[in-house]
Amino acid sequence: MSGSFTKSMARNIFYGGAVFFFLLFVALTFDTHGRLPDRDNRQNLTEKVVLGKKVWENNDCIGCHTLLGEGAYFAPELGNVYKRFGSKEAIIGFIKSRPAEGVPGRRSMPQFNLSDEELDAIAEFLKYTSEINSANWPPNIQG
Amino acid sequence: MQYQSQSVAKLYFIAAIGLFVGQILFGTILGLQYVIGDFLFPEIPFNVARMVHTNLLIVWLLFGFMGAAYYLVPEETETELFSPKLAVALFWIFLVAGALTILGYLLVPYAKLAEMTGNDLLPTMGREFLEQPTITKIGIVIVALGFLFNITMTVLKGRKTAIAWVLLLGLWGLAVFFLFAFYVPDNLVLDKYYWWWVVHLWVEGVWELILGAILAFVLIKVTGVDREVIEKWLYVIIALTLITGIIGTGHHYYWIGTPEYWQWLGSIFSALEPIPFFAMVVFAFNMVNRRRREHPNKAATLWAMGTPVMAFLGAGVWGFLHTLAPVNYYTHGTQITAAHGHMAFYGAYVMVVLTIISYAMPLLRGRAAANSPKAQRLEMWSFWLMTISIVFITLFLTGAGILQVWLQRIAENPEPFMVVQDKIALFYWLREITGVIFLIGLVVYIASFFVGGDEEEATA
Ligand code: HEM
Ligand code: HEM
Ligand SMILES: [Fe+2]
Repeated sequence: MSGSFTKSMARNIFYGGAVFFFLLFVALTFDTHGRLPDRDNRQNLTEKVVLGKKVWENNDCIGCHTLLGEGAYFAPELGNVYKRFGSKEAIIGFIKSRPAEGVPGRRSMPQFNLSDEELDAIAEFLKYTSEINSANWPPNIQG
Repeated sequence: MQYQSQSVAKLYFIAAIGLFVGQILFGTILGLQYVIGDFLFPEIPFNVARMVHTNLLIVWLLFGFMGAAYYLVPEETETELFSPKLAVALFWIFLVAGALTILGYLLVPYAKLAEMTGNDLLPTMGREFLEQPTITKIGIVIVALGFLFNITMTVLKGRKTAIAWVLLLGLWGLAVFFLFAFYVPDNLVLDKYYWWWVVHLWVEGVWELILGAILAFVLIKVTGVDREVIEKWLYVIIALTLITGIIGTGHHYYWIGTPEYWQWLGSIFSALEPIPFFAMVVFAFNMVNRRRREHPNKAATLWAMGTPVMAFLGAGVWGFLHTLAPVNYYTHGTQITAAHGHMAFYGAYVMVVLTIISYAMPLLRGRAAANSPKAQRLEMWSFWLMTISIVFITLFLTGAGILQVWLQRIAENPEPFMVVQDKIALFYWLREITGVIFLIGLVVYIASFFVGGDEEEATA
């Protein structure tokens, strides 16, 4: 770097740039908050969905699956599983029927021994998630 | 070592390396579970092994950053640490809390752990990388505050250099953004939105300040180039980091329910994020070419040059690969993401911690300037073994990812996830074999600490 460009100029660009872009980010965050009600399916955010999210978190489902593409890549995407399976009952049936000892040689999902209430809640949570406007992602039903 | 109190760094570095071993052992378990699905099932399900792998990574990097700060700040500020006793006490608190958390993951089912630790009082568990029980998170905050207090007081009473200052800013940023780990709204979109304020604003924001400061410190030491020049570069690099990286957060806001203008903002700004990484490469090579001394610690110089190169490849090149919204539409949440995550974390943060350890540890152990040539040769072997392994791990995962994207998302008849996983198993086997070579590299690395021989003379 040439002699006329000094350390204090570089420092000023750093502080100015950091502050400016952080404030811009905060402003964009406000704007995003304003637009979310049209996209995030909050009208269906019921008590049951909230319980379902808790079940999702307390069992660390994200440790194997992705949800809207974020999480682990060991097991299928679940943001659209409600659409892929077609009903809450199908989701509940699947979770309930996981063998406790697994399937020899294959990846398998643990048996979480969820109560009926928890099963219904997690299915409701996944239904709610599938109705979030995710800009047409994933590209197809396989997730 | 010029200041007595720098010696606390040694504890931190030893713990970091120990936990690194744990991280990689669990990495090889995960890799095996990818191909032998019932390996250790149901005793250690995949999600449990994964949180051990990723949390150990983060914790040992934090130990490394703290050790780096305790080593570097006294020397930069030309004064003893404010309180070495506090540093030692916090070390043990952090280590014990970390160990208990990992044991908790391994010994009881996660839902049980949530219950035992009173997660309902302030639910923060069950999110990727932030799986720790709430009490552990509170412990992390307390340790971080004590640590920051200690370092800040040291900086305030000593000489103020840009390097110490940038490091301090980075560390404060790390602590401040971690606070978003306590915000878990019921609304999934908001939850995801602010989750990235921890994860992205860490690795593509404030951690880069820490990275830059450590690298600048080691480069001054091994090259003897004028501080003014190095610190100017440091400011330029971190300016570019934050100018691109903050709005660059938008590359995570494409498909989670956020407004679609983020596809533009995220694509444009994150596409510029490789620039500061590239600047780091130019910086390091320039400084080494302009060196005013031949430092006898060749291994440290190798790490210091390898860090920016691998960070540029992993974060810059592999990040750019999938960061544009139209590409990310197909690659989002696939093995491509995993490929990038591995090379970026290794290249940037693992390597910078190993750089400072390589430079500081011989001095902390009372050597004049460097380890014996024999020990250095072994360390350089481990550099190449681990670095080449991570390159191949990344390449195999990229191969797996391309096929996954093709078969599952693009092909005319997209196939189900699990069917596709079976078809690409060969790549997972290759990744696992390479992972074992990485582990061997790590063993060689540790062995290099136990090799004797005559020391090189200091030349500085
Ligand atoms: C022996 C070598 C290693 C193996 C076999 C391995 C394997 C794995 C596996 C299977 C996953 C889970 C992927 C999934 O979610 O499906 C994972 C995640 C991860 N590993 Fe490793 N790993 C290794 C070394 C490392 C190293 C050296 C680092 C850090 C530099 C690292 C950092 C990570 C990170 C950050 C994640 C989370 C990735 C993401 O969410 O995209 N791993 N690893
Ligand atoms: C050292 C710096 C970096 C580190 C440690 C890092 C690490 C990671 C990790 C671990 C993930 C996966 C997160 C998850 O589990 O969901 C990720 C995702 C991502 N990273 Fe980075 N990254 C870095 C820099 C960059 C840069 C500079 C770019 C762009 C040029 C980038 C682009 C992306 C993108 C687009 C994703 C989302 C992938 C997806 O949609 O699945 N990263 N990064
Ligand atoms: Fe990011």
